[in-house]
Amino acid sequence: MPEAPILQTVDLTKSFGMVRAADAINVAIGAGELVGIVGANGSGKTTFLNIITGYLRPDRGRVLFLGEDRTGLPPRVVTKLGIARSFQIPQLYTSLTVLESLLLSLAAEAGQGTGFWQPLYRREWTEEGLATLERFGLRSYAHRPVSELPEGGRKLLDIALSFALRPKLLLMDEPTSGVSIEDKFQVMDTLMKIVEETRLTTIFVEHDMEVVQRYGRRVLAFNDGKVIADGTPQAVLADPEVRKAVLGRV
Amino acid sequence: MASNRLPLAPAVGAALLVAVPLILPDWMKFLVTLAMAKFMAVLAVALFLRANQVTFGHAMFYAVGAYTVGFGVKWFGLRDMVLLVPLGALLGAAVAALIGLVMARYREVFFAMLNLAFSMMLYGVLLKLYWLTGGTDGLSAGAPTFLGYAPPREYLRDFLYYATLGVTGIVIYAVYRFLASPLGFYLKAMADNEIRIEYSGESVRHVMYTTYVLSGALAGVGGVLAAFTVGHIVPEYSFWIQSGDFVFVALLGGYGSVVGPLVGSIAFEFIRTYASKYFPNEWQMMLGIIMLAIILFRPGGLWTIYEGLAARFGRRESEAERA
Repeated sequence: MPEAPILQTVDLTKSFGMVRAADAINVAIGAGELVGIVGANGSGKTTFLNIITGYLRPDRGRVLFLGEDRTGLPPRVVTKLGIARSFQIPQLYTSLTVLESLLLSLAAEAGQGTGFWQPLYRREWTEEGLATLERFGLRSYAHRPVSELPEGGRKLLDIALSFALRPKLLLMDEPTSGVSIEDKFQVMDTLMKIVEETRLTTIFVEHDMEVVQRYGRRVLAFNDGKVIADGTPQAVLADPEVRKAVLGRV
Repeated sequence: MASNRLPLAPAVGAALLVAVPLILPDWMKFLVTLAMAKFMAVLAVALFLRANQVTFGHAMFYAVGAYTVGFGVKWFGLRDMVLLVPLGALLGAAVAALIGLVMARYREVFFAMLNLAFSMMLYGVLLKLYWLTGGTDGLSAGAPTFLGYAPPREYLRDFLYYATLGVTGIVIYAVYRFLASPLGFYLKAMADNEIRIEYSGESVRHVMYTTYVLSGALAGVGGVLAAFTVGHIVPEYSFWIQSGDFVFVALLGGYGSVVGPLVGSIAFEFIRTYASKYFPNEWQMMLGIIMLAIILFRPGGLWTIYEGLAARFGRRESEAERA
């Protein structure tokens, strides 16, 4: 790795009762990397994201972001530092319109989220917001309430809200879960094109091997809270241990 | 596509409010003045309803405003409205800034009841400190001056009316801007998803706190104006039934807009007056029936009747244009 990693975890460990959801995870992610995380349900993928974003505090270990120890800071602060995430179940403002939701992200990014006199609808934000929606294929929904979005659109908007924060690191939790099989690759194509164009360092969690194989450039395989493989998609997905853990067969 | 007829309605409404002192009898003038004063406290409550939070204690800031007048007149010889209105806003905001440190952490039932608790503590204090507050006898407001000018007695009601109308206009403008701002939208978004707000790097507690301080200022201004309108200040200003009335009126008028609470407030004063005139023993039952009807048929409040009409007229006109 030529540069210092953007994200590094040292010995991350977290237990829930008897379950080890994270077991001494040591991972380094470099700038511009596109990393897919695979693993069966309950293998600790989402726990890993939750610890990085400060939603969970690890029992042991550290999270280094841009070389600084950021362990245990709350999500709000972690987000401000430049780590944004999307959710397996989209977290949206259902009573606002699609554009308004995005404008709120742009306001937050500009440090104006707590402004209470100047309007939310500003020309430069509206233009940028519409351009972002265009990118995510949501332009035609801009003025519709979020509650009218189809499921694929909800996933995309959830990611767009994080993307609009201009993070240095984007975490996506199961971007295609709940999306129909026909739409899955279309959603991923849209997302990966944006990631490529912006060279945004991205980690996405996915339980679908096919998706990871197709889109990941580096793959981490999780099982029982441990990283059991780390490498190119071909190498990781050919690993018998990974196949057994993720697919349940060799 | 835009309908030109009904959006005129707000202008017509404003014109009516300006014309009221010329056409209505004194007792109605009084009623509308009081309704506009209370509207500001109702608006304070309505802000939180947008975030799906109910408060049963905002009468405390209304009382802070009223006693600002009472103490001002009694202890400092202050009776100028132009001074006391901002002072009431300032003191309401200051008390809210203090209590808000606690309130911003709570939601729903706890938020509702903690507000009630604080308001009743204030009620208790106002009741007990006789030497300071006059206890149940209360304090009197006397006749206000306007930038030092004391209007002749027969025009005082009109002066009071127009001053209240002016403040109402300023309040509507300010709250409108607040709600159109990023923080105003976050307030609404709070009802949908607090997690997403935190994961945008913004603090939900900050949104609650800022809104709380603003709500304190609004209700404080309302209290100042009500005190001058009624002329008499008693601990009941802080009583929980008063807080309940504010919630009632917010639902009656509709909290989805800034004008809804004003419509509700004026309607409420008239309903109460007529109901207690024609059904002296059952007037509260009338209020209950009206609330029931609103929740069943117009859950968005009276204002949505107008909005519905505006939409329908708009559609009809655009159809006419196309034809």
